Amino acid sequence: MPVTDVRRKTQLFAVISVLSNVAGNSALTHGMTQLGGVGNTPLDLIGALFHPWVAIGVTLLIVWTFAHMALLSWADLSYVMPVTAIGYVVTAFSGKFFLGEAVSPMRWAGIVLITAGVTLVGRTAPASSTMDGNTK
Amino acid sequence: MKWVLVALCVTSTVVGDVFRSLGMRHHGEIQDFRPGAIGSAMGAIARNWMVIVSTCAMAVSFFSFMKLVSIAPMSFAVPMSAITFIPETLLAKFLLREAVDRQRWIGIALILFGVVFISQ
Repeated sequence: MPVTDVRRKTQLFAVISVLSNVAGNSALTHGMTQLGGVGNTPLDLIGALFHPWVAIGVTLLIVWTFAHMALLSWADLSYVMPVTAIGYVVTAFSGKFFLGEAVSPMRWAGIVLITAGVTLVGRTAPASSTMDGNTK
Repeated sequence: MKWVLVALCVTSTVVGDVFRSLGMRHHGEIQDFRPGAIGSAMGAIARNWMVIVSTCAMAVSFFSFMKLVSIAPMSFAVPMSAITFIPETLLAKFLLREAVDRQRWIGIALILFGVVFISQ
């Protein structure tokens, strides 16, 4: 597969992975908060899955799992892990726009640093190695 | 208790990510995204022992992180969970034999500092 196709496919799956993870965790947290105290027995946890927000959250996290696995089937862990860290920035912005949370100068600095780091790693080749040590 | 949970969360996340990477590399590149092909790929992946180890470790990571945020503030839990970047990058380089160049290391260092700042 041409390098440009790998990069495009990687970008698409990284976006799916980040958005499904952030939205899934938010939906799950929202659902669990609405439910209040959930017991620790397996039956209590299974019962929680029928809450709409919890179900949406779990579904999105299944999408995240598949997208993350697909990414790792062709891209390096040392590429996927930092690039998907842009999720911290997406979470901060969704907190600002959806929940009206204030973004302090310190958090803005964090956003700039993470974005710069993700950009740097994102400019490297997504797949650099094979298990036998050959560089592609 | 707090530090035990940090250790458990970091260790399980690292084990989960490294085994997921190993398992998926063993499975091979997913190229066909039609529903039937995805179904058969999922079937093959579900029987891959490295992916099974990874999934169990991810479950431990998820629940230990949930427990950690219930007893410690997010401003502590989130940067602590980002510590995984260091052992994972080292394992990616020496175990998975990925070419981790200086640009990747600088990017990862910036992200680590960024996570500390963004969690405050």
